[in-house]
Amino acid sequence: MIDWQPVVLSLKVALVSLVVVFILGIATALIMIRKQFPGKAVYESLITMPMVLPPVVTGFALLLLIGRNGPVGKVMLDLFDTQLIFTQTAAVLAAIVIAFPLMYQSAKAALQSVDSNLEDAARTLGASEWRVLLTVTIPLAMPGLIAGGVLAFSRALGEFGATIMIAGNIPGKTQTIPITIYFAAESNDLIEAGYYVAVISSITFGAIFWLNTWSKKNSWYPGTLRGGNPHRVKSRD
Amino acid sequence: MLKVAIKKVLPDFELTMNFEVDNSIMVLFGPSGCGKTTTLRCIAGLEKPNAGIITLNNQIFFSAESKVFIPPRERGVGYMFQDYALFPHMSVESNILYGVKNKGDQWQELYQELLHLLKIRPLIHRGMKQLSGGEKQRVALARALMANPNILLLDEPLSALDSETRLELQEELINMQKIWKIPFIMVTHDRGEAEKIGDQIIFMSRGQEIENKRISK
Repeated sequence: MIDWQPVVLSLKVALVSLVVVFILGIATALIMIRKQFPGKAVYESLITMPMVLPPVVTGFALLLLIGRNGPVGKVMLDLFDTQLIFTQTAAVLAAIVIAFPLMYQSAKAALQSVDSNLEDAARTLGASEWRVLLTVTIPLAMPGLIAGGVLAFSRALGEFGATIMIAGNIPGKTQTIPITIYFAAESNDLIEAGYYVAVISSITFGAIFWLNTWSKKNSWYPGTLRGGNPHRVKSRD
Repeated sequence: MLKVAIKKVLPDFELTMNFEVDNSIMVLFGPSGCGKTTTLRCIAGLEKPNAGIITLNNQIFFSAESKVFIPPRERGVGYMFQDYALFPHMSVESNILYGVKNKGDQWQELYQELLHLLKIRPLIHRGMKQLSGGEKQRVALARALMANPNILLLDEPLSALDSETRLELQEELINMQKIWKIPFIMVTHDRGEAEKIGDQIIFMSRGQEIENKRISK
């Protein structure tokens, strides 16, 4: 019988990191599009790097950061008497760092594709920058943002290299699906590995399938009208 | 009364505008790329001039000297974009009501009046893809006026329409200005239209005013 703990943990890690990455990705993309500051290009390259670096390398960098003697690890130990390394929080952190560039890139492209005239129109109609963002920019960018979210979730779910470096393989504690598959295959338990492969493939397929059907249904045109205004009017006719 | 005396550096030339508009229709006429739209955008606060002053009824919108720049949302300037800029994810009704500020009952009256005057009552539950060019134009006009603007800017509002709809809407614009009694500034590169609609026409070329002519009707 398959042990569901790695499945539950993987879903938990992927969902928590999705929430963080979704909000952080949109916020960072907005800052990068709208603000100018020194070192912007360097900063943007750094946050995008985990997408092209081998995950093990990113994991190694995180290990140096949050390990017992790393700058973050030391502060956590001194101030809170706790450590991040080899915990579920570390697994979430690895997933966030690895999945973030996917969300960021999708969010940037989606937000840039919104017609700036529509945002200007909202401004001339008296909308604050927050209202423009929440009622015009984000709703119109939503298909791209959702696509980025699904990519980030799937990537976080399948994360292996960085996770093994900083969260390790502690059964019942930090063992996610990819790690379970690796160690099952290594100990020649191909049936167990096969079960988990089937589970993770089904979840990822489900996510992509949902995205495709959702995108078809939501092209922001007839049939999917949403009101951006709280005033509802009963027609006199 | 709107007073504009600004300079703005553009990539190819410097835009220099100096004019006043009372509660009538002023037309900015000139070839593409001569600075007409930039002038409108400066009045609306979507762009910042390099120098000068813009005031509407003694309220300063922009003053380079005293470093005043009122953001577009606080200017009360209605703006009809060339492609109408209607929100594609909202219904006609949500578009028109987007700029309603007070939640009292007054807006209901104005809303019903606009639906009636612009003949758009049957459209209110439609999406943007289900509107013709002329209908979009009417909805955009209703949306701009619904926000109770103190001035209305129209960027080539009729350029995308067939000649019949165009004639009809020209009359409608003149009519709406008479009812609303606020300054309308319209950009066009159609001379016949400029002369038919405008009470005052500014002829422009490469960022300069060539002639400022009052039309007697």
